[in-house]
Amino acid sequence: MNQASMPMPRESYELTGKRTKELTKRQIRKARISGIVLLLLSGLVMLVFVPAVSGVSTFGLSTPDDAIQLDSLAVPSAGSLWVLSSVLAFLGATQFFRGFQGKTTIILGISFGVFAIALMVWAASGQEFSLISMLVATVSRSTPIALGALSGILCERSGVVNIGIEGMLLGGAFTGVVMGSLLGGWIGLLSATLTGGVLALLLAVLAVKFRVDQIIIGVVINILVLGLTSFLTAQVLVKKPELNDAPIFAAVKIPVLGDIPIIGPMFFDQTIIVYGMFILIGSVTYLLFRTRWGLRTRAVGENPKAADSLGVSVAKVRYLAVIYGGMVGGFAGAWFTLGSVGRFDENMTGGRGFIGLAAMIFGAWNPIGAFLAALIFGFSESLQQKFALLNIPIPSEFLAMAPYLVTIVVVAGVVGRVRPPAADGQPYEKQ
Amino acid sequence: MELQLRGITKRFPGVLANDDVSLTARSGTVLALIGENGAGKSTLMNVLSGLYRSDAGEILIDGVHQTFRDPGDAIKAGIGMVHQHFMLVPVFSVYENVILGVEPTKAGGVLNRREARREVKEISERYGLAVDPDARIEDLPVGIQQRVEIIKVLLRGARILVFDEPTAVLTPQEVEEFFGIVAELKARGATIIFITHKLKEALAVADDITVLRGGRVVGHADPTTATPEELAAMMVGREIDLTVDKEPGTPGRTVLELTDVTMVDDYGRPLLNKVSMSVAAGEIVGIAGIQGNGQTELVEAITGLLPISSGRVEFDGADISNKSVRDRHVQGIAHVPEDRNDMGMVGSFTIKENLVLDSYYAAPYSKAGRLQRGSIEESALALVEAYDVRPPLIENTGAALSGGNAQKMIVAREFSRDVPLVICAQPTRGIDVGSIEYIHEQIVRKRNEGKAILIVSTELDEIFALSDRILVMYDGKIVAERLTGDTTPTEIGLFMAGKGS
Repeated sequence: MNQASMPMPRESYELTGKRTKELTKRQIRKARISGIVLLLLSGLVMLVFVPAVSGVSTFGLSTPDDAIQLDSLAVPSAGSLWVLSSVLAFLGATQFFRGFQGKTTIILGISFGVFAIALMVWAASGQEFSLISMLVATVSRSTPIALGALSGILCERSGVVNIGIEGMLLGGAFTGVVMGSLLGGWIGLLSATLTGGVLALLLAVLAVKFRVDQIIIGVVINILVLGLTSFLTAQVLVKKPELNDAPIFAAVKIPVLGDIPIIGPMFFDQTIIVYGMFILIGSVTYLLFRTRWGLRTRAVGENPKAADSLGVSVAKVRYLAVIYGGMVGGFAGAWFTLGSVGRFDENMTGGRGFIGLAAMIFGAWNPIGAFLAALIFGFSESLQQKFALLNIPIPSEFLAMAPYLVTIVVVAGVVGRVRPPAADGQPYEKQ
Repeated sequence: MELQLRGITKRFPGVLANDDVSLTARSGTVLALIGENGAGKSTLMNVLSGLYRSDAGEILIDGVHQTFRDPGDAIKAGIGMVHQHFMLVPVFSVYENVILGVEPTKAGGVLNRREARREVKEISERYGLAVDPDARIEDLPVGIQQRVEIIKVLLRGARILVFDEPTAVLTPQEVEEFFGIVAELKARGATIIFITHKLKEALAVADDITVLRGGRVVGHADPTTATPEELAAMMVGREIDLTVDKEPGTPGRTVLELTDVTMVDDYGRPLLNKVSMSVAAGEIVGIAGIQGNGQTELVEAITGLLPISSGRVEFDGADISNKSVRDRHVQGIAHVPEDRNDMGMVGSFTIKENLVLDSYYAAPYSKAGRLQRGSIEESALALVEAYDVRPPLIENTGAALSGGNAQKMIVAREFSRDVPLVICAQPTRGIDVGSIEYIHEQIVRKRNEGKAILIVSTELDEIFALSDRILVMYDGKIVAERLTGDTTPTEIGLFMAGKGS
């Protein structure tokens, strides 16, 4: 008998909450560091951006085919930057000297938002910056990231770590385009979803049945799919380009809602894959937290032994959760091909699966949190894209780093500690 | 419901874990099943709960033959297990834990949370098991968590409740409450099987006692007439002296002195809060307390495994607050750690390797960076002999030893050094009575040699048996200090629960 079993966490033995009211050294240090970062950002705006601007910055708020046309928003560049910089300086100084304590995360979020606005004011100085198209792109680009995160959440809530999201995206993108070229977009979308499911089945069998290290399986899936799709692209798609020419899902405008200014184009005039993401985020949240299936899945991810002792089959729960997760990942892969360009390129997912993983952690293994995190990543991606178009004097290689830089900052600094499912990554051995 | 086991036999490769075990738990009574670790109690309970299938024998409930293919069958037959390590999800609420597996649902598998709360409330009211259905498990004290476990099995219709070492993690006061719950359950007609190695508890609550040894039933006892000594002798197979023979200590110079030692966790919450204490040569100081009140941190502050944030640790008059673990070890602190498998030994190493884990780098075990097999083996053979490690095969791995013998091996390693201070954390946790007796003797012998001894134990009996002076830790602080002769387990128990004056 394995008497060690599941150790109870230390907290369980505490009779009272021991959290003290007074600020600890750690909190003070954190407040100091984030305060300095904000002051530096303020300085950057004041000393670098302000001298570089002249005239007004114009932001486009409507696309040409919107029903309600909003006038472009024109602001004096230098004046706005002074205001934004002062706000940053105020927030930074307050954080440095006093600290916002419980509200720190929100304040930091607002501050980075302010900095992003300053960045845009600077970029748009003397020219027209289509804010709306960037916001639309943000939602679109956050879609594969949010779905990738959701794929990870489904797996990890049941206690199986899925590092292979990237491979599932790439596999879905590939079969999506091939089947899409042959049999049409819908079949392509279905094939992409199934491809993710099949890859996940591999993960599930190795992780649940053979108890192989889950990180290793995930890495293997990524390498396997990357190699296989690259090989097939070079050997098959190049020779038969008709297999690499799938129809693209066009944006579908939802009546009435799609006509709301700004919100409409962002959320209600997107492709079927983006809508799919909204529906999946909402429904998985409901399923995880309100249904029998969700309760059992979370229980297995937290304490499989307890679930097992109550007659819940750990293996069955994990197989299902992982396969569902893989299908979400495959579906997300279709975004790259069927949802945007209609053709497959080698390694076209470019690490979005890993960013999805970061969004999952940032969102504390919660679908809605992960979606919000994905929006941040999507925003940084589309900002980078926009800057490349606007001829901003920042090297494009540097701009291309932005999403990954944001990932590191977010995961390392802002998140602090979130708690993963307790049995995440641990194979369960029935005694 | 009456439960009968007849001729249960369960074999594992090379081990006969249960050999023709027969016992009866009469309807509406408490049967205590006692035995040492490895006596076959857990195997028997796993057979009973459907986790294992026995090779021979039968289970009868009210005279009806039962076949259990999995835990679900046992639950359906009315058997409910309350495990030693609670089977709870710490981040779930009480009601979520209770309904897991038997969830009341609305259409489409949607949880009916109102119904779930009502079910929990109903059972908790009917059996007097007060608990808030919406509280998170990890916020609850252990005693309340145990109630949740009981509600769980009752909700599943259990009429035969099996408690596996239920008092191991409870405070003395919670133990009293637990006995009250047992009485209540019994009064409502439940049949209770109470697995324990604590003889006093078996005598206090049981109507019948069955003793297991080496997989066999070696006897039954009547709790109204049996004595702890008789039961211990039955469990071990020979006469056992439960009291530790020792003269009063003769404290000499101060060996270890802590002044206002404070340690905080990553969030700045205090783990140790201005702890001041001292241990003198020739005395045994016992730290009592419920697990998780800072005892682990105290030991690690003294041994240097965790850094302290303020205060002073003095050893032999010198400040060692900033010394490394090895410095302190070399200067003369021996440490028997609380978790022998995690910290005390390397399971996959051989016994002789484990015996030099702390000193492999120095002569005579090592010369010019090469291990000296001869002297390592020579010393290992002497130690297993001197400390009665069985079997004395120094080429076997540490993991192959039973709990008691692994502990004796670790005690051998730490006690064989002639150093002024010996720290023993949970020195006899989960080991057999024979080994406990032996280790207690060694600890007292060490004190009589004039060493300073610090004992940390969650077993109040052990604290009282060994200590010359008792300190109680609660919430990271030392809340009481008493000479053993001037106090009672009840008083210490109140301090352990944070309720003392």
